[in-house]
Amino acid sequence: MIELAWLIPLFPALGVVINGFFGFSHTKDKAGHIAALMIGLSFAVVLGIAYEMIFGKGGTHTVHLWNWIQAGKFSVSVAFLIDPLSTIMLLVVSGVGFLVHVYSVGYLHGDPGYPRFFTYLNLFMLSMFLLVLGNNYLLMFVGWEGVGLCSYLLIGFWYEKKSASDAGKKAFIVNRIGDAGFLLGIFMIWVLTGSMTYTEVFHAAPGITTAGATAIGLLLFIGACGKSAQIPLYVWLPDAMEGPTPVSALIHAATMVTAGVYMVARTSPIYVMGPGALEVIAIVGALTALFAASIGLVQNDIKRVLAYSTVSQLGFMFMALGVGAFAVGVFHLMTHAFFKGLLFLGSGSVIHALHHAPVDQQQDMRYMGGLKSKMPITYWTFVIGAVAIAGVPPLAGFWSKDEILANAFFTGNYFVWGMGSVAAFMTAFYMFRLIFMTFHGEMRVDHHAREHIHESPLSMTVPLMILAALSIVGGIIPGYPPEGGWIHRFLAPSLAKGAGGAHAMNEGGRLVQVASETGGHGGPAATILIVIAILIAVGGIALAWLMYVKNTSIPTNIAKRCSGFHKLLLNKYYIDEIYQACIVNPIYRLMNSLWSFDAKVVDGAVNGSSLITLVSSRVSAAFDLRTVDGAVNGVSSLLSFVSQLLKFIQSGMVQNYLFVMLLGIFVMLSAYLFR
Amino acid sequence: MELPFFYLFSAGIIGASLLMVTRSNVIHAALLLVLTFLFLSGVFVLAGAEFLAVVQILLYAGGIMVLYLFSIMLMNVDVSVRLRQFQRQTFFVVLITVILAVEVWVVLARGDAYPGYKGFAWAMGSTPGNVEALGAILYTKYLFPFEVASVLLLAAMVGAIVLAKRTIDR
Amino acid sequence: MVPLSHYLALGAIMFVIGAAGVLMRRNAIIILMSIELMLNAVNITFVAFARQWGDMAGQVFAIFVITVAAAEAAVGLAILISLNRDRSILNVDEVNLLKW
Repeated sequence: MIELAWLIPLFPALGVVINGFFGFSHTKDKAGHIAALMIGLSFAVVLGIAYEMIFGKGGTHTVHLWNWIQAGKFSVSVAFLIDPLSTIMLLVVSGVGFLVHVYSVGYLHGDPGYPRFFTYLNLFMLSMFLLVLGNNYLLMFVGWEGVGLCSYLLIGFWYEKKSASDAGKKAFIVNRIGDAGFLLGIFMIWVLTGSMTYTEVFHAAPGITTAGATAIGLLLFIGACGKSAQIPLYVWLPDAMEGPTPVSALIHAATMVTAGVYMVARTSPIYVMGPGALEVIAIVGALTALFAASIGLVQNDIKRVLAYSTVSQLGFMFMALGVGAFAVGVFHLMTHAFFKGLLFLGSGSVIHALHHAPVDQQQDMRYMGGLKSKMPITYWTFVIGAVAIAGVPPLAGFWSKDEILANAFFTGNYFVWGMGSVAAFMTAFYMFRLIFMTFHGEMRVDHHAREHIHESPLSMTVPLMILAALSIVGGIIPGYPPEGGWIHRFLAPSLAKGAGGAHAMNEGGRLVQVASETGGHGGPAATILIVIAILIAVGGIALAWLMYVKNTSIPTNIAKRCSGFHKLLLNKYYIDEIYQACIVNPIYRLMNSLWSFDAKVVDGAVNGSSLITLVSSRVSAAFDLRTVDGAVNGVSSLLSFVSQLLKFIQSGMVQNYLFVMLLGIFVMLSAYLFR
Repeated sequence: MELPFFYLFSAGIIGASLLMVTRSNVIHAALLLVLTFLFLSGVFVLAGAEFLAVVQILLYAGGIMVLYLFSIMLMNVDVSVRLRQFQRQTFFVVLITVILAVEVWVVLARGDAYPGYKGFAWAMGSTPGNVEALGAILYTKYLFPFEVASVLLLAAMVGAIVLAKRTIDR
Repeated sequence: MVPLSHYLALGAIMFVIGAAGVLMRRNAIIILMSIELMLNAVNITFVAFARQWGDMAGQVFAIFVITVAAAEAAVGLAILISLNRDRSILNVDEVNLLKW
C-alpha cells in the first residue's frame, strides 16, 4: 500500500478538477459529496499505509514519482517520504479533513458558492498532503505555499464582505513575511549541506557548524511563526475567523497551522546541532501561549476565543519542540487537532443554530446563553472538548500538555514551565467561561431567533461525536505511559536522527531519556508536577464557574475596577493598531510617494517629450518658413536685385557701348602684353 | 635737324587736339581741328609723304572741315553751349585711355624688330619721288580698291543728300 | 631721322585723345570731329611704317582712309542735320529711343 502513496494527493486533485470545472454547471449540490468522497478515499489509502507502518514492516520508504529539477549539482525530484512522522501527520490531516468535509456538507448547504467552497477545500487537502508527503524541502515549500493560497481563498470565501476579503489579504501577506525566512532557511540548507532532500540533508547534518545550524533553525522558525501564528506574526489568525467555521476548524486548528510544527519536527536533526535556535523557539512559544491566552480571557466573539486558544496551544507545541521534546510536540499536535477541531465544529453548530439572529449577534456570546437544553449533542461534545483542552485526565489534552510542561521543567527551562502553567490555567478558565456564557444561564438570544434554535443535522453532529470520542481516548491510548507510550516509540526513529547521524540520534534520545529518568513512570517530581497540572486545570474551571454561573456580576465588577487592563486585553494589546501605525502606514506612504514619483516622472517625461516635440516642430516650421522660403524668395529677390543693377548696361547710349568696347580692347592688349 | 621740327609739330598736334575735345564752343573745336590737321601735314612731310601732306590740307582741312563748318552753321548750336558738355563716364574714359595709349605704343613699337623688310617701292629700282612712287603703286596693285573708293564716294554723296533732304509735305 | 617709335607714340596719343573725345563729349559734332582725329592718328601710323620699311602701301592706305573719312563725315553730318532739323537734337544723349 505504501507504493500507492501517490493516490493520496491524486484524489483531492480529481476533486478539484471535477468541482472546479464542472461545479456550477453539473455537480452543484453534489459537489460536497464528491469532495468528501475523494477525501474519504485518500483517508482509506492512508489507513492502509498506517496499518503497514504500525503493524507491518514500518521503517522509512521513498516513493519516487519523477525527476523535477536537474540543474548541475542541484537536483530535486517529486518523491514522497513515508516514515512514522509523516504517517502520524497523514492520519491527522486526512482523518480530520474527512470529518470536516462531511460537516461542511451540512453547514454550507444553500450557500451560493457551494461548489467553489469544496473546490478550494479539496485544493487545500491536496496542498497539505504534498506538504506532509514531500521528501524534500522544495516540495514541502510547494505545499506550504499551496495551503497559504487556500487559506486566503477560504478566509475570503464570502468575498463581498469587506472584512472577510481584508482578513484573507492579511493572512496571505503576513504568511509571506514568514515565507521569506523559510526560503532563506532552505537556501542555507542547500548551501551548507548540498541537497534539499531530507535523507541527504540529515545525513550531512552532523557536519554543519553550530552557527550554521542555529541560523538555519532561526530562519525556518520565522517561516513557522508565519504559518503557525507565533509572535510576532500571529495577527492574521484571529481575523481569519471571517471564514466559514469548517475552514476555521480544518485549516486554522487542525492542519495548516500545524505545518510549522511539522516542519520544525522534521528538521530536528539540524535543530539539535544549533541549540540556540531551540532556546529561542521555546521562549517564543511560551510567550505566545501566555500572551494569546490572556487576550482570550475577555473576548466576546465565540470564534475569537477559539482562535486565540489555537495560537496559545500552538505556543505550547513550540514550547515542546524548543525544549527538545519533538515527539511530545507532535503528540500535542495530534490531540489538539481532535479537541480544537471539535470545539470549532461545535461553535459552528451553535452559530448555525442562531442564523436567524441579527448578524452581529450570531457569534457574540453576550447574546447567547441557555442553549444547553436546545442543543444537547452539541453541548455535550463541546464540554468534552473543553475538558480535554483544559488538561483534565484521562482526556487527551492532559497527556500531551502535561508532558510538555514536564519536559520543560526537567530540561531546566523553569521560566518556560512557569509561563506554560499560567497559560494552562488561563486556558481552562476561558474555555469554561465560553461554555457557561454560551450554554448556561438565561437565554439572551434575540427573540425572533429563539424559535429557530434547533440541533444541527446528522451530517454535522456525527463528526462532532467522532471527534469527541477521539478527544477522550486519543491521548491515553497513544500516550500512556508518559514519555514511554506507543507514540514516543513510534516517532523516535523520525525525529532528531539522520541516516548515520549517531551524534544527533544520541542528543534526541538523551532528551527523551532524561525526561523519562527524572519524570517517567512515577518519579516523585513528575508526580508533583502532574498534581499541579490537574489542580491548575480544575482551578481554572472552578473560577470560571464562580464568575459566570454563581455570581455573574463579578466579571463586570472586575472590568470596572481594572478598566485599563480590561480594555487593553479586549483590544488585543492594540497590536494590530501598532502594526498598522509602525509598519503598514509607512509602507503605504512609501508606496504613495513611489507612485507619485512614478506618475510625475513618467507623465513628466511623456509631457516633456510632447513638449519637446511641440518645440521642435515649431523650430522646424520656423526654419522651413524662414530658411527654405527665404531661400526661394531670396533667389527671386537676388535676381531682381541683380537685374536692377544690370539694367544700366542697356543704357541706350552708344557712347557707353563704345566705352565697353574700348575696355575690351584694353583688356585684350593687356593680355597680349602680359601673357 | 628733323627732330626739333617733329617735336614742334607733335606738340602742336597734341595741344590742339586736347583743346579740341574739351571746348564747349563747337566752332572753336572745329577750328582747332583744322589747326591739328595743319600740323599733321607737317609731320607727314617729315615722314616722307609729301603728296599725302598736301592731300591732307586740300581734302581734310579744306574739304571736310569746311563741310563741318557749314553743317554747324546750319544747325542751331547756341543752345548746346549752356548744357552739360561731358558725359558721366569721363573719369573712367580718361583713365582707361591714358593706359591704353601706353599700351598701344608699346605694341606698335615692336615693329622695330623688323628692320629688314623691303616693300614694293624699292622693287622699282631707283629712289623715285613720292608722287611717282604713289602713282606707280596706286594704279597697278591697288587699282580695284581705288575704283571701289570712288563708288563709295558716290554712295556717300547720294546718301548724304537723301538723309539731309527736307521732307516735302504734299 | 626721327625714330619710328616717336611717330608711333604720336599716333597713339592722337588716337587716344580722339577716343576720349568720342566717349566723353555729348555734343554730336564734336564726337564726329574726334572720330576724324582718330582716323588721322591711324594715318600717321601708316605713313610711319611706310617710311620705316620703304613700302608705299602705307601711304596708299592713308589716301583711302582720307577718302572714307570724307564719305563718313558727309553722311554723318547729313544725319545730324536731319536730327537737328526735326527734333532740335544736338546731344547724343537725346537720341535715346532704344533706352530702357
